[in-house]
Amino acid sequence: MFNGGPGRRGGRPGDEKSKDFGKSMTRLFSELKNLRIAVVLAILLAVGGSILSVVAPDKLSDLADEIRNGLIPQNIEQLEPAMGTIAKNIASATPQESWEEVKIGNTVISPEDQVATMQTMNGLGQDATQEEKYAVFEKLPESVQSAIEPKMNMDAIRTLTIVLIIMYLASALFELLEGFLMADASNKFAQDLRSRISRKINRLPLSYFDHNQTGDILSRVTNDVDTVAMSMSQSLSTLISESALLIGAVVMMVITNLTMAATAIIASILGMAAMMVILKKSQKYFSMRQRELGKLNSHIEEVYSSLLIVKAYNGKKESDKKFDRLNKAVYNANQKSQFLSGIMHPIMAFVGNLGYVAVCIVGALMVMDGKISFGVIIAFISYVRLFTSPLNRIAQSMSSLQSAAAAGDRVFEFIDEAEMIDEKDLTIKVEKDKIAGDIVFDHVRFGYDDSKKIVIKDFCAEAKAGQKIAIVGPTGAGKTTMVNLLMKFYDIKDGDIRIDGVSTKDMTRETVHSLFTMVLQDTWMLDGTLRENIVYNRKNVSDKQIMSICKTVGLSHFVKTLPNGLDTDLSENDSISAGQKQLITIARGMVEDAPFLILDEATSNVDTRTEELVQSAMDKLMEGRTSFIIAHRLSTIRNADLILVMNEGDIVESGNHKELMKKGGFYAELYNSQFAL
Amino acid sequence: MRRKDIALWLLAALLIWAQVWLELKMPDYMSDITRMVQTEGSEMSDILHSGGLMLLCAFGSLVSAIIVGYIISRVSASFSMRVRKKLFDKVEELSMNEVGKFSTSSLITRSTNDITQIQMLVSMGGQMLVRAPLTAAWAVIKISNKSWQWSTATAVTVVLLLATITTIMSIVIPRFKLVQKLTDKINGLTRENLTGIRVVRAFNAEKYQEKKFDKTNNSLTRTQIFNQRMMAVMSPMMYLGMQGLSLAIYVIGALLIVNTPMSGKIQLFGDMAAFFSYAMQVVISFLMLALIFSMIPRAQVSATRINEVLAADISIIDGTFKGETEEIGTLEFRNVSFKYPDAEDYLLKDISFSAKRGETVAFIGSTGSGKSTLVNLIPRFYDATDGDIFVDGVNVRDYKQSALRNKIGYVSQKAIMFNGTITSNVAYGDNGREKPSEKQIKKAIEIAQAKQFVERKENDYKAHVAQGGTNISGGQKQRLAIARAIARDPEIYIFDDSFSALDYKTDAALRKALKEHTGEATNLIVAQRIGTIMHADKILVLDEGKCVGQGTHKELLKNCEVYKQIALSQLTKEELNV
Repeated sequence: MFNGGPGRRGGRPGDEKSKDFGKSMTRLFSELKNLRIAVVLAILLAVGGSILSVVAPDKLSDLADEIRNGLIPQNIEQLEPAMGTIAKNIASATPQESWEEVKIGNTVISPEDQVATMQTMNGLGQDATQEEKYAVFEKLPESVQSAIEPKMNMDAIRTLTIVLIIMYLASALFELLEGFLMADASNKFAQDLRSRISRKINRLPLSYFDHNQTGDILSRVTNDVDTVAMSMSQSLSTLISESALLIGAVVMMVITNLTMAATAIIASILGMAAMMVILKKSQKYFSMRQRELGKLNSHIEEVYSSLLIVKAYNGKKESDKKFDRLNKAVYNANQKSQFLSGIMHPIMAFVGNLGYVAVCIVGALMVMDGKISFGVIIAFISYVRLFTSPLNRIAQSMSSLQSAAAAGDRVFEFIDEAEMIDEKDLTIKVEKDKIAGDIVFDHVRFGYDDSKKIVIKDFCAEAKAGQKIAIVGPTGAGKTTMVNLLMKFYDIKDGDIRIDGVSTKDMTRETVHSLFTMVLQDTWMLDGTLRENIVYNRKNVSDKQIMSICKTVGLSHFVKTLPNGLDTDLSENDSISAGQKQLITIARGMVEDAPFLILDEATSNVDTRTEELVQSAMDKLMEGRTSFIIAHRLSTIRNADLILVMNEGDIVESGNHKELMKKGGFYAELYNSQFAL
Repeated sequence: MRRKDIALWLLAALLIWAQVWLELKMPDYMSDITRMVQTEGSEMSDILHSGGLMLLCAFGSLVSAIIVGYIISRVSASFSMRVRKKLFDKVEELSMNEVGKFSTSSLITRSTNDITQIQMLVSMGGQMLVRAPLTAAWAVIKISNKSWQWSTATAVTVVLLLATITTIMSIVIPRFKLVQKLTDKINGLTRENLTGIRVVRAFNAEKYQEKKFDKTNNSLTRTQIFNQRMMAVMSPMMYLGMQGLSLAIYVIGALLIVNTPMSGKIQLFGDMAAFFSYAMQVVISFLMLALIFSMIPRAQVSATRINEVLAADISIIDGTFKGETEEIGTLEFRNVSFKYPDAEDYLLKDISFSAKRGETVAFIGSTGSGKSTLVNLIPRFYDATDGDIFVDGVNVRDYKQSALRNKIGYVSQKAIMFNGTITSNVAYGDNGREKPSEKQIKKAIEIAQAKQFVERKENDYKAHVAQGGTNISGGQKQRLAIARAIARDPEIYIFDDSFSALDYKTDAALRKALKEHTGEATNLIVAQRIGTIMHADKILVLDEGKCVGQGTHKELLKNCEVYKQIALSQLTKEELNV
């Protein structure tokens, strides 16, 4: 009902079609695993509820029949012969004592009453209506009245009422249990899917994230999983129980009366045909609406997030033109889809009424012919409803399951992505404390993806323990790629990287990571407190340790200005500057003592004066460790032991600052360009 | 709301009224038919007559429902279209200060999700809001002269059902908000893991992140299960209520009939059938009302959020001056100070300087010193709190904003790209003159040192640029953003730290080309690197919002301690020739 409600963003059409509906549903079921028992149980309950809903109207019609029976005067067939006898008695002119006994039912009518009856009945014309007859009955002597007075079988009514109450309660209980089971099953399923996606993220190769957007993965975790869970809980049991209801209604109708069943079904099917046409059409407009809304929303997003430039360049006219065009398209799709879905219900109501009248007319004909009882009509009126409403709901839940299948496809597509190579057979243990710190790059070759484009062509270098190695070069030279390879984020194509003589190919990624402290350019902050941001996943870090690190990187003043010190929640505090964030990431790196250090543009967000403060901290950090530094600012690297100058994936020069400047090559040119006009 | 809409609404209300009337007429015919069917000697033609009339009513109500559906779909769709447009226009007018207050992402959800919420209420609620009370009232009147026992049973059912719904809703709705919050958190944690993927791996913190995720995932699931269980109570309760009522009507009917003299029995039985359908109408209408009232709080939240934006004061008032000046390319700051309206501290304090045509003025200082704020005052992204700024000798407040901005080529710190092509991105906007020609665009790209990589792309100048420029690298984006400013051919360039994403070589080449081709224009450069600005005609050194030095590179090295510190942190003494 709440299409486009919470959690569902306009960006992605929720009702896109799954490629292979059957296959997707099979997959969904197989993924249910141990929840399958709950789901099957829920479905059984739903079917049970359906059976009750089919049987209950039958019982209700029995009740109506009983009440109706209470309207029919009893022994009415004895009235006519009795009247004959009475007439004979009166005509016989014999004393009343010798009159022939008149008996209606078990009541003997006294001669006085016989006379009174005769008088009353005479007032009744031959073509008297039912009402007139009933009015006359009331004037009859008490004995006659009591003899023919309709008797309602209150015992039967009581029994039926109790049966109905039990049925209603049972069906409510079934539905309740089914609802509970489905709520549990679908949400646990959603939980499982979400947690699997979250784990999957950490098992995918980095290259996956190079060509898949964050927003897309996010939408799988929230929108798609929600869609799957929602449709599961709402549609699956609906679909099955309504189908049971439909079949039940048809069976009951056919059993009760074939002619009436045919009438009801034909009348409903006529209406259903119209329904299906509209449903198909409105689906088209619904997906069109989602699509157009998505386009409009992304335009709004673009303009709002670029407002500075829209203003500065007077781009309003341009963006307005596009906005108006998209807004109009949304209007069109909106109006059409809403109109079509809005008239669905009235049409259903009309179909219901049509069925009602048809059943009544045909039923009336048959009652008159004495072929059926009145109760059958009442029962059929319910059957018509039971028959038309599931059709409607089946159609709706089918389309809802369609979108569940499409969403499920997207979830499983992600879960099925190829993971990083399994490293179980890599058993080499490397003691962090015993690492000397030598690294050798031996003819390293690398290209992203499977594309032929080689980013790192033939990289050879040697870093001695404790050295400070700087990697410089223009944008796109492959500096960051080298770090990615060193960290084993990507696997190299050819050649080898060796740490203390051991190939990183033989170490697990976890081992390699544990040997490095890495500080990156992008100041990634956790959603949490300052302490959580610095300590991160390390255990047993004392406050004293944290404060001493903060002092080293120049954060202690900052900590003091925060309202709750280390426990200040940073996610709600947007007054932290980029520089401070950078210092926090450096502090995070310093908590752990690793033999190697990588600084990837780690100071580019820090202004040069702060950098100087950080620099001394970093110098301390670099003491005794083999360090790799990537920097734009050449001042940062002037005193490196070894400068590797990269260009287009190769080392074009290497040496220290003095040597390279003397050489007057690529590095010198790069360095001097900062003084150029 | 426009007059036409009001007329349409009235028409719709009238038709709904007709529809309700027709629908409530139907049980009358139903009870007629029922009576006839069970009365011996009824004519078939009478049954057909009543049946025909009933179908006519049903058809009439269908036709009117279709017309109402059409009207409402049009009115509500056009309503949301216009609100969205109004909101969009308003947001475009907001000053950056107000945008910051609302936050961009909040403005986006307000313009998209919130409007959808409102539209939902207008389209679904509007009709129901007219229909439900009308049906309820009418049906109540129809059955009010029937036996009070039935009415009491109906009233009790309605009260019980409403009490159930109210109780469930009051428990669930606050938890719905919690679900929303937890979903946001799931989103946030996933985003955190994705954006920090390299850090997570480098720290071997996968387990840590997963644990955090699981915690939220668990509480989300728990809350959801609780909510859905509560909601699962609702439907059986409603069915039970309605079924119970129908049973009660029959049982009460049976008791009434038993205790009625013969002549009244048939009438009572007919009443029972009619009451049966009316009572259901009453119950259903009350349930519909309950549903709408449960929707209103959510829509209300959205409406408030939209109105907040629509009602926001625009702090920057447009001037009237069309921009034709004698002076060209001059700029003057006279005792300019700036602070955010609610803030205590000034971000800029008493800044004065001037620039002549063709001059280059640079701004340097540590993070948070106010350099960016200073240049953002020129195109009136913000207005100065005190003091005045003159462009071409005219106060910026007097300009029409579009006229002022036509004189300026602004390049932001973070390069912004639009969905489109390289050409459409460079040609973006309106400078009060004709759109730049293809030749001009190519030239601008060449000056911005972007020619080489553009021509290497597939479809070169027509190459696709994704929203936010996600398919091109940072340095390339920055150069295209600079090309955009060049293509605008402005009198004054503002480079707000636009060179820091470029390596030294490109930076230098770009500035050289810029100098050659735009020598007439005035350049304002915010930078962090000494190398970028050391040749400027004038350098302003900012420290905590104050101007602590003004002059050339050489002058400042001699007499400005802050500048000297910055310079020495980047270059050696020998290199600076101190």
